[in-house]
Formats: sequence, structure tokens, C-alpha cells
Amino acid sequence: MTVAVEKPPTPEPPGPEDAVPEAAPAAAVRRVSRRVVVGAILVVWLVLFAVLRGTNTLTLAAADLTDLHRWLNDVYDSIGANRNSNPLFLYFFNEIRLVIDNLATFVQHLISQPSDSRPLPQIGWLGVVGIAGFVSWAVGNWRVALLTVAGFVFFGLQGLWQESMDTLALTLTAVLVALLFAIPLGVWVGLSDRVNKVMTPVLDFMQTMPTFVYLAPLTLFFLIGGASATIATVIYAAPPAIRITAHAIRSVPETTVEAADSLGATRWQSLLKVLLPMSKRTVVMGVNQTIMAALAMVTIAALIDAPGLGKTVIQALQSLDVGTAFNAGLAIVIMAIVLDRVTTAASGREEAARRSGGRFLARRRQLVVAGAAVTAVLVYLSHTYVWAAEFPGEGSVGSSVASAADTASTWVQDNLSGLTNAFRDALTNGLLNPFQTLLTDSPWWLVGAVLVGLGVVLGGWRSGVTTAVCVGLLVGTGLWSDSMTTLASTLVATVMTMLLAVVVGVWMARSTVADRLIRPTLDAAQVMPPFVYLVPFLALFGATRFTAIVAAIVYAAPVAMKIIADGVRNVPATTVEAATSAGCNTWQIITKVQLPMARGALTLATNQGLIYVLSMVVVGGLVGAGALGYDVVAGFSQGQLYGKGLAAGLAIVLLGVMFDRITQAAARRAGA
Amino acid sequence: MTPVQTEVPQRRGTPQDSDGTPVISVRGLWKVFGPKADRVPESEELCGLTRRELMDRTGCTAAVRDVHFDVSPGEVFVVMGLSGSGKSTLVRCLTRLIEPTAGEIVFEGENIRDADDKRLRELRRQKFSMVFQHFGLLPHRRVVDNVAFGLEIRGMGRAERMKRALEVVELVGLSGYENSYPDQLSGGMQQRVGLARALAGEPDVLFFDEPFSALDPLIRRDMQNEVIRLHHEVHKTMVFITHDLSEALKLGDRILIMRDGKMVQCGTGDELVGAPADDYVREFVKDVPRADVLTLRWIMRPPVDEDALDGPELGPDVVVREATRAVLAAEKPVKVVENGKLLGIVGDEEILAVVAGQEGDAR
Repeated sequence: MTVAVEKPPTPEPPGPEDAVPEAAPAAAVRRVSRRVVVGAILVVWLVLFAVLRGTNTLTLAAADLTDLHRWLNDVYDSIGANRNSNPLFLYFFNEIRLVIDNLATFVQHLISQPSDSRPLPQIGWLGVVGIAGFVSWAVGNWRVALLTVAGFVFFGLQGLWQESMDTLALTLTAVLVALLFAIPLGVWVGLSDRVNKVMTPVLDFMQTMPTFVYLAPLTLFFLIGGASATIATVIYAAPPAIRITAHAIRSVPETTVEAADSLGATRWQSLLKVLLPMSKRTVVMGVNQTIMAALAMVTIAALIDAPGLGKTVIQALQSLDVGTAFNAGLAIVIMAIVLDRVTTAASGREEAARRSGGRFLARRRQLVVAGAAVTAVLVYLSHTYVWAAEFPGEGSVGSSVASAADTASTWVQDNLSGLTNAFRDALTNGLLNPFQTLLTDSPWWLVGAVLVGLGVVLGGWRSGVTTAVCVGLLVGTGLWSDSMTTLASTLVATVMTMLLAVVVGVWMARSTVADRLIRPTLDAAQVMPPFVYLVPFLALFGATRFTAIVAAIVYAAPVAMKIIADGVRNVPATTVEAATSAGCNTWQIITKVQLPMARGALTLATNQGLIYVLSMVVVGGLVGAGALGYDVVAGFSQGQLYGKGLAAGLAIVLLGVMFDRITQAAARRAGA
Repeated sequence: MTPVQTEVPQRRGTPQDSDGTPVISVRGLWKVFGPKADRVPESEELCGLTRRELMDRTGCTAAVRDVHFDVSPGEVFVVMGLSGSGKSTLVRCLTRLIEPTAGEIVFEGENIRDADDKRLRELRRQKFSMVFQHFGLLPHRRVVDNVAFGLEIRGMGRAERMKRALEVVELVGLSGYENSYPDQLSGGMQQRVGLARALAGEPDVLFFDEPFSALDPLIRRDMQNEVIRLHHEVHKTMVFITHDLSEALKLGDRILIMRDGKMVQCGTGDELVGAPADDYVREFVKDVPRADVLTLRWIMRPPVDEDALDGPELGPDVVVREATRAVLAAEKPVKVVENGKLLGIVGDEEILAVVAGQEGDAR
């Protein structure tokens, strides 16, 4: 086979005459030629880069603005000026904001913020701890109740009671609103194929976007503050609940629905008596996902002035105060663990309860009443007495945690800096810098052409067109250079993530012990809000691009590992057995059987890895990763950069869409 | 291959004779899946195509093609065919769980295809019920609540439906399990729950869609006997779908054999074995132990002059296996007599030809 053309389109499908007998060789030819084409594209790029370096790079200094950015600023200003006169705002956006704001404020007044006449919230720490413990016990079991009580008391000891309660209040509000929409919508999506067809791409899109980018446009309509934060959280947290509810409804066995039909059930009866009860357990899992997503988002929403732990972390990150950031990050982690455990226990509980029979139920009812009474007393006490309302102590545990973290980070910097810096510098100078230079110093049209070419080769014509559109729009945002910097970090981080994920994933798939040991850690890592990952790496690597990249790798690796492990494990045992009996050694089995057969999983893992990395690299703007992430953050804090921040958010979306389309198209090909 | 609807020779006590009017009468029933399915039954040309040709021409699949049959009151009517023959679609069309494309289904004088949603629900609640291959039980409800489910849907009060449900639970032999959950029961017991749920509403007709295919052979036999017992106790009309010929022969008063959506033959078990309509049916019944199915009517021969006509008498509907001993013990050929009229005679040779499994054409 000869590939002389420089950028040929996807190789022609084999002709009909040789298709049947030579299917396998034809496929091999196609794969090799695709690889060669990619290589050819890269070589041409390097050659042209050497010649054209530094021309048409579209760089834009940090404080410079383009017309688009100024125009967006004007839009923002005019919206600000007409917020209370424009009917659309007066009767629509403002109303929504008012309702959400009132709801959020109401919950905040209950547990976190002082209300008008009182110096303290309505329910003090004792009451909150009581309620949390009681609810955890009632929906879960006494073990998670203990965990909850311990966790909540620890917030107080950390000196972060109010911040924690702010985070909790916003999370709960957002979850409430999200579920109010998501569950009925999910049922509808589950019942109707047509609605499903419409909603699936919308949900895909919503979930592809890095959390971050919801914030910018929302502030345009709902102002910076709690309401925007809550709405952004609702938007981010609703899709998993919708999806899981729909999935639950769809996976009710057809026979069961048919049986109800054959007994003459109306649609409503089969919904209420068959579909909903049978999907209850899965829906509770959806609630779990929603809560975790909401918590992650609420902390990030600190960027638009949402109160709570996220704010503490961000302020500490911006002043490079590792100790404080660690303390608050720890609180976020604990809250994530508590919420996750409680909802997981809730989804498992029903099963256990109904098995244990009637006598237990009767006793349980008495216990619930007694528990409720005790809780009521605690709430009353915390409403009435200061000692039960205000968490006692100065948060000394928090200070010790902070200083311990500081000491540790200083120690690490003093003693390991040689190692960490060497690692950082090697990677930065060896891989990141050259790659970034290649991307940013090439003429934009060259990079664009390369991207479109790769899109076509890897994903087919349609993804090529999508890439072309995205490239065009990226240029239009005026942030081409920043986008390329972010792209460089993202790609480097993704490559590292995939290397790590393939090694660990294959290991997990081949060894049950490894899987049993690693999987819980991965599960735990996935519930963490993204930017708690920044804190330890900030201590290790200081405020650089590299910190963001390492945090991104750690953030994205768990999901990629799990996908690869599952993909490799799904390779039929007989195939592996056949390879073994043919005399393959372990390495041959992995490289020639398991990985090629898990190709679909590998591309899917790349897709997820890219999206996760992108969202983290952007958050890395907080700790000196610069580029698009910095533009967005700066846009929130400085009025004249607002438009630029919005454009940067758009650029992130475009990068996300581009990655997603190419990898998904490639995954479809691999699967076919 | 034209469907053959043989005249039914009266067999051991078939309830055929109880009443002339059928409970269910199906005429020209079609179910076509695919785009613009309606045109297929209307067009004579399309009707004539094979399944494959129809798929290529129109993109449609005809699951049920021009099926017609009657089910008499109290009868167990079995529809048999291999997978993909359209039998499950057929039974779903009868209660319109799948909407038929053409034809009529007359139940107690009413064309079910004309029923609106409300009437259809009423029929399903009061007149029909169905037992499914994969049970279709509600895992979150106890056995007794599953059994009472149909009654609950009708709006029956709690106390009343529980009382009825417990009766039926006992009827199907599940006493002591009423408070268990379905996943705590074995497959056979789960299907008993399905059966009880179907019986609870006192329907006129029970539909069974391969109810025992998912069960182990021994349990399947138990359940078949259970159905026979229940049929004796409650005398319901039953339409039973199966892919298992021995099950069909064991349970069915009459059997309809389907292939590629068309009916191939409809008749009693001994008719299928004794007079298969075509090679397909012949192939099907090849391995059936003929002595268990065929009656003397099928093996008797006309008497010739040298036959002694003073041997013992037997009826024409006696199964060969039951007659074997008597025929062999008698010194002279056995006379087959119906209402005092001599139909033919059966000697050792005829009996042995069947019992020894000799491949003789059974006429």
C-alpha cells in the first residue's frame, strides 16, 4: 500500500468485489494508512512551523481587548442598566432570580446566616448536627449517622462551621430545585422515545461543558452572587438525575409493564404502581449523583461570589496560603464523603429493611418517633441558647490542621524540592514548553488546518467540519493564543492521564486483588469537587501551569482507569484463552489481544479524560496556569475584562466541543 | 401450503360438544411490522410474497399472516411454532397488547378491534388475563400483593382483594409464601405467582405465552400438571403458546401449528401425528411416541373376509398404548365399534407396527 498523497480523505472503503474475502487485510491497510496520514500531517506541520514560526500567531496581551470583548462589555453594561426596565428581565429573569434567591436565603437563614432580628441563624450547630444525624439514620443506618455527626462536629472544630453551612445550604437548595425539574423530566424522557431523542444531545452538551463555563453567561442574566451560583449548580447537577431517572424507567422489564397492561392498568396506574416503584432505587442513585455534582459546583461557584467553603479555598489559593486552603479543602472532602455515604446507604437500605420483616418495622417506627422528638429538642435548644447555637471554641483544630499542612508543605518544599522541581522542570521543558511553542508560535491557519486534518482522519468528515467551525469561532473570540496555551496543557495532561490509566486499568482488569484495592479509592476520588485537587499540588509544585496539569491528571485518571479496566475485562475470556493456548506470553496477550479488543473503551476513556482534564486545566487558572482559565477568573473580578472572560468561557466550550466530537466519532469508528 | 383445518374427530371428552358458539373467533388476522404496514394485507400481490421477499420489497415483516381459528368454551387451544413463527405476536394481538394490522377478533360476539381504550381496559380487567414467559412480577411487592395487583387496578378494596388473593395463592399451592418477595422464590414458584395473578380476576379466558419455557424440565412437568389440574378445577378457556410439541400434545385439546406467521395445520394431537398436513408438520411430529397419541381410529383396517368378527370390542378413541395389552391378549382381532357400528378391526400386527415404532405410514 502506498500513501503518497499528503492529506487524503478517509481511505475509500474496500470495493465490493474484495470486501467479503479480504475483509481483515483491508481493515489492516486502513488502520496503517490512517496512522501514516497522521504522521504525514505532523511532519508537514513541523516543516512549515520551522519556516513560518512567529507569523500570524494572533497573540493578545493580558490587558488587551478585541472588539468582540468590548462589545460584550457593552452588552453587559446595557443589561445592567436595563435590568429593571426591560420586560424580559423584569418578568422573567428577575423573577427567577428572586425565587431562587429567596429560597437560598431562606435555607441560609435557617442554618448558616444570621437573619434580620437574630445575631445567629435560626437553627444552631446542635440542631443542625441533630437533624443531620437523625436524617442519616432514618434514610440510611446508624453507621452513616455516626459518620455524619462526626463530620459535622469536625466542621465546627475546624472553625469552618458557618462556611460549611453556607455550602450545605446552597447545595441543598440547588439539589431541591434540580430534582424538582429533573425527576419529572427524567420520567418523561424515559417514557417517550421522541423526548429522549431531543433531550439526549442537550444533556450530552450540558455534561460535556467544564463546570466553569456555566458561570460566565449566567452572571449576565442573574448578576454575580448566590442566585447565579444556585442556578449554575442546578444546570450542572440536573443532567445526571434526568439521565438516571430515564434510564431507570427504561430498564423496567418490558414483560412487567406488559403484564400490568394485560391486567387493564391505565397509563397512570402503570406509572405509579409499576414504573416508579421499580425505578426507585436507581433514582436514589441519581439523587446521589446530583448531590455530588451540586457540591462540586457550589464550591466552584465561589468564583462568582457564592459564600461557603469554596470561597475560603479560592481566597487561600490566590494568596498561596496552602494551610488555610488545605483546611477548607479537607472540609469539602469530608462533606463530600458524608453526603455520598448517606445517599448510598439510602439507596441500599430499603432492600435490607423489607427483608427483615414486620416486627422490626414496628419497633423502627417507635425509634423514628423517639429520634424525631430528640431532634426537635436539640433544634429548640439551638434556637434558644447561645451555647447550642454558636459552635464553641476558636476552631483550634482548624488552625492546627492549617499549620500542620503549612509545615508539611514547607518541609516538602525544602526537602523534596530538588525532586519535585526536577520532575516539574523535566516535564515542563521537555514536553510542555516545546509543544506549547509549536502551538502558539505556528500561524493560526496552520494549526487550524492541522486540527481539521486530524479531525477528518480520526473522526471522519463530519467531525472535520465541526472542527473547522470550532477553529473559526476560536479565532473569532480573539483568544487564539490563550486557547492554544490551554490546548497544549490539556493535551499534555491527557497523554499523561492515558499512560497512567492504561497501566493501572490493565492491571486492575488482570488482577482481582488490584481491582478490589484500587476501585474504592477511585470511587472516592471521583466524588471530590475538582479543585480540592489543586491544594496538595500547589504545595508541591508552587503556582505554575504544571500544578494545574498534575491536578488535572489526578482528577481525570480515575474515570479513565475505570473505563479501561472495564473495557479490558469485557474482552471475552474465550478469546484470551485461545491466545494463551496459542502460546502468547502476558505481554503479547495485553498488546495483541486485550488492548486492541478494548479499543472502544480506550477511545471512550480518552474522550472522558480530555473533558475532565480540560475542566481542571481551566480551574488551574486560579493557581497560575494562566491562559483561558485566567481570563475567565479575571473576567469575574475586573469589570473591564468581563467581555474577555465571557469570550474565554466560549473558547473553552469550543475546545470542549471539538475534543468531544473528534473523540466520539473516533470511538464510534473503533466500535464499528 | 394451504392451512388444513381438519374435521375434528371426537376425542376423549373434548368439551367441543358443550356449546356450538366459540368464545374467541379469529378471522383473517394480520400483524405486519414496518413502514406503512397497512398496505400489505390489502394487496393480494404482497400477501403472496415470502417473508424474505416482503422484507426486500417493502421493509416490512409479517409476523402473523392471515390466521383464523375458533376457540370453544372450556377448551385448551395450543398455538405451537418455533421461535420467530409469530406465535407470541399472535397471542398479544388477541388482547391487543400488540395492535393487529388487519382481520377481526370476535370475543363473545364483540369485535375486539373495535373496542376503544376504555372498553379494552375493561375487557382486560374482567375477561382476559395473561401469564408471561418471564413472569412480569413486581419485585417490590410481596407475593400476595402481586396476586392482588389486578384486583387493585380494578379498584377493589384492600380487605376484599387480600381475601381473594389468599384464596388463589392457596389454589396454586403457594400457601405459606404469601409474604415472600418474588426474588426469594424459585422460577417455578414465581410462575405460580404469575398464574395466581392471572386467576385472581376470575377471567373468562387465560392466555399463556410460553409460560414454562424458562423453567427446568422437571419443574416444567410439574407446572404442566398444575395447569391440567387447574383446568379441571376452574374450567377456564385457555389459549396456550408453546414451542414444545410434547407440551402441546400434553395440554392441548386442539393445536395450531404456525410457521413464518402462517398457520400450517390446526387439529387435535392425533390428527397432527396421524395426518400431518405437510412435510414440515411431519418432520415435527416424527419423534413423537405414536402409541401415546394415536387412537385406534388411526390404525384400524377394514375387515376382510377371513377375519374372525367375534373378538372383543373397543371404542375408536382409545389410545393405542392403552389398547395394546387388550389387543395382544385377545386371540382374535379387536373390533373398533362406535355407537354399535363396526368401523374396522385392529390386530396384533397393527398394534405392533405402532408400538415397535415401525415407520409405517399412518394413513
